[in-house]
Amino acid sequence: RAPLGLVAAAAPLYDVVVSGGGMVGSALAAVLGHDIHFHDKKIALLEAGPRKEYDRMPDSYSNRVSSISPGSATLLSSFGAWDHVCSLRLKPFRRMQVWDACSEAMIVFEKDDLDDMGYIVENDVIMSALTKQLDAVADRVEVFYRSRAVGYTWPLPSHSCDTSPWVQIELADGRRLQTKLLIGADGHNSVVRKEAEIKTIEHRYDQSAVVATLHLSEATDNNVAWQRFLPTGPIALLPLSDTASSLVWSTSHEHASELLAMDEEGFVDSINSAFWSNVNHSDFIDTAGAMFRSAISLLKPSGTAVRQLPPSVAKVDPGSRAMFPLGMGHATEYVQHRVALIGDAAHRVHPLAGQGVNLGFGDIACLAHHLSAAAFNGSDLGSLKHLLKFETERQRHNVSLIAATDVLKRLYSTRLAPLVLLRTWGLQATNALPPVKVRI
Amino acid sequence: TMKRLFSTSHSSVDSKEMRKFQLLAHKWWDEEGEYSALHSMNDIRVPFIRDTLLNMSSNYHLGTPLSGVKILDVGCGGGLLSEPLGRLGASVTGIDPLEDNIRTADQHKSFDPVLAKRIQYKSSSLEEIVEECMETFDVIVASEVVEHVADLEMFIKCCSQVLKPEGSLFITTINKTQLSYVLGIVVAEKMIGIVPEGTHEWEKFVPPEELEHILESNGFTVKSVNGMLYNPLSGSWSWMESTSVNYAMHAVKSGARGQSSPGDAPSETEGEQPSATAGTTM
Repeated sequence: RAPLGLVAAAAPLYDVVVSGGGMVGSALAAVLGHDIHFHDKKIALLEAGPRKEYDRMPDSYSNRVSSISPGSATLLSSFGAWDHVCSLRLKPFRRMQVWDACSEAMIVFEKDDLDDMGYIVENDVIMSALTKQLDAVADRVEVFYRSRAVGYTWPLPSHSCDTSPWVQIELADGRRLQTKLLIGADGHNSVVRKEAEIKTIEHRYDQSAVVATLHLSEATDNNVAWQRFLPTGPIALLPLSDTASSLVWSTSHEHASELLAMDEEGFVDSINSAFWSNVNHSDFIDTAGAMFRSAISLLKPSGTAVRQLPPSVAKVDPGSRAMFPLGMGHATEYVQHRVALIGDAAHRVHPLAGQGVNLGFGDIACLAHHLSAAAFNGSDLGSLKHLLKFETERQRHNVSLIAATDVLKRLYSTRLAPLVLLRTWGLQATNALPPVKVRI
Repeated sequence: TMKRLFSTSHSSVDSKEMRKFQLLAHKWWDEEGEYSALHSMNDIRVPFIRDTLLNMSSNYHLGTPLSGVKILDVGCGGGLLSEPLGRLGASVTGIDPLEDNIRTADQHKSFDPVLAKRIQYKSSSLEEIVEECMETFDVIVASEVVEHVADLEMFIKCCSQVLKPEGSLFITTINKTQLSYVLGIVVAEKMIGIVPEGTHEWEKFVPPEELEHILESNGFTVKSVNGMLYNPLSGSWSWMESTSVNYAMHAVKSGARGQSSPGDAPSETEGEQPSATAGTTM
C-alpha cells in the first residue's frame, strides 16, 4: 500500500466538491463560483449523467416543471441565471386557488399588490440557465460529467495529524479526488448521506404523482395555479402558457397506473371530472360549510373571496404522461465534519405544497452565505462551526414546513365527516385571516 | 549553528513558560480541546486584522484580500492564526521557540499545497531573527503572547526592528485587573477549565496603559484599543467597550527609517528612544 503522502499528492485537492448535478447541486456550484470570496478557490461538480445541450428549447413543454417562489427567483438572479430563464420561457402566476372535493371550502392566495406569487418553470429551462452560468465560471468550477462517486473516505477528526485531513472520493472510473468540503446534493436516495451514516426519518406515501402536459379548451389569462384535494390525493393544474398547463396529480399507485394506461380521451375526462365533479359532497358538510361562511362574512366582510372556475382541459400532449412514486423524508443531521447535505438529500416533501425545489434553493442561499463569510475569514471551509449554523437555520425553517405538508397530506386523504369539517372550517378560516395566509 | 533557546537573560523567551506549552504541543488542532477558545478567537481577531489592513490599503485582490502582505506571527504555536492569514493571501512567517509547536504547525499545513507555499515556520525566538529580518515585515501579529514573555520592552524593540516603517503591529493579550484574575485565572483555569491550568500567571498580565506606554516610547503610535470578551456558554468571543479582561491593540511604527542602527544588539540598558515625531531625519 503506497505511503499516504504519495497517494495524497496524486489526487487533486478541491476546496468544495458538490456531488449531484441536478437543479440544486448545479445551482450551489454556480453560486459559489460567482462568489467574490471564492475567487481563487477550486470547486468541482460531479454529475452521473452526460452533459445536456440546451441550445434550443423544443416547442412542446416538458412534463417536469417546478413552481419557483419569488425568493428562489431572487437567488437565481443573484448570479445571472434568472435572466436566462426569462429569455427562454416561464409562466408567472398571480393567484393560487386551493379547494376541497368534499365541500365548498376554498382558499385563495394572492398578493395584495398583484405581484407575481410565483413562476412555473420547466426543469429543463432551469438546468439550461444553470449550465450557462457554470460555463461562465469554468475557470473556478470544474464539472465532471458521467462521473459517479462510488466511495468516500472520511477523515479522522482534525487533531490527528498523520493522515490526510481531507475527504477522499473515488469515482466509478477509478479517478480520485480530495476535498475540504463535500456537499451531498444527490437526491432523496443520497449516497453521500448513506455513506456518512446520517439517519433519516422517511415514509413512503401510498401515492404516485402523475404528470402530463395539457392543452386547455380555450385560451385564457392562465395566471392561476389550481389545486383540488380529492380523497385520493390532490390534483394540481399549473399554468405554462395561455393555452397549456402542467398536471401534477397525486393519487394511489393503482389509480396512477390506470391513468397512464387510459386512452387520451379517457384521461382528459378524468381530469375534468376531478376538477368539476361534486360527487364527494354531502349535504351535511355543504350546509355546515355554508353556515360557517355566512358567519365569517358577518365578522369580516372581505373574508370570502370570489370563486373562480378552473379551466377545462381538451387535450393531452402525447407521450407526456409519466408517473413517479412519492414519499417524505428528513435527515436527522444536515452536516458533519467536512460534509453538508442540501436539497432532497436532506429533505423530501410531497408536491402538494409546491415547495420541493424552493426548499433546496433556500438551503443554497443559507449555506452559500455561511461559506462566503467563512472564506472571507480565512476559515477552513469544512469546519463544523459554520456548517452547524447552516444546519440550525435550515432545520428550523424546513422541519415545520415538511411536517405541515405531511399533516396536510394526511388530513386531506379522508372522507370522514369530522375531519372534512375540520379542514373545511380550517381552510375557510385561514382564507379569512390575512396574517396566516401571508406566512404561507 | 546551535542556538541556545534557554537561559540568556537577554531573551524575551521564558523557559518556565515553554515547559507549560511543551505538554500541549499536540493538542493545537483539536477544535473542541484545550485550545478551543483560541480557535474561536479567530472569529474576531482575523476580521480585525483583515479589515484594519484593508482600510489602510487601496489594493484589493478578489478572493485574497491580504495578497502581497508579509506577516510575522510571533509565538505562532501550532499555526492557528497563521493558517487563516495565509488563506487570505498573506505570506506568513510563523515563529515559536518550541520545536514541537513548529513541528505540529508544519505538519498541519503540509496537506494544503496553497498554505504550504504561503506559510513558513521556524523554531526561533524573536531576537534570533532580528539580524536577518531588519525591516522585513509589513505586519506583526503577537496574539496571546506578550503575557508570556520575560522582557516586554525588549520584545517591543525587536518588533520595531523587524517591522517596515509604517508597518502594523497587532497585539491581543490580557489585562492585569481584579476582574481578569477572577475570570481569566480562577474561572477560566480552575473552575471551568477552558484554559489549561497554569497557563497564565496574573503577575505577567499587561495593562493596556503600560503596553501603550512601551509602544509609544519605542516608535509606535497606538491606533486602536478594543476590549474582548469570551462567553464560555456559547464558546464565542465578542468585542466590548471595557478592556478589563482581554483586549486587542493596533499600533503603527513611525515612518522615519532606522530608529536604531542594524548592528546593535538589543540591550536592557539602552536609554529611552525619543518618541517618533514626523519628519525626523537621519
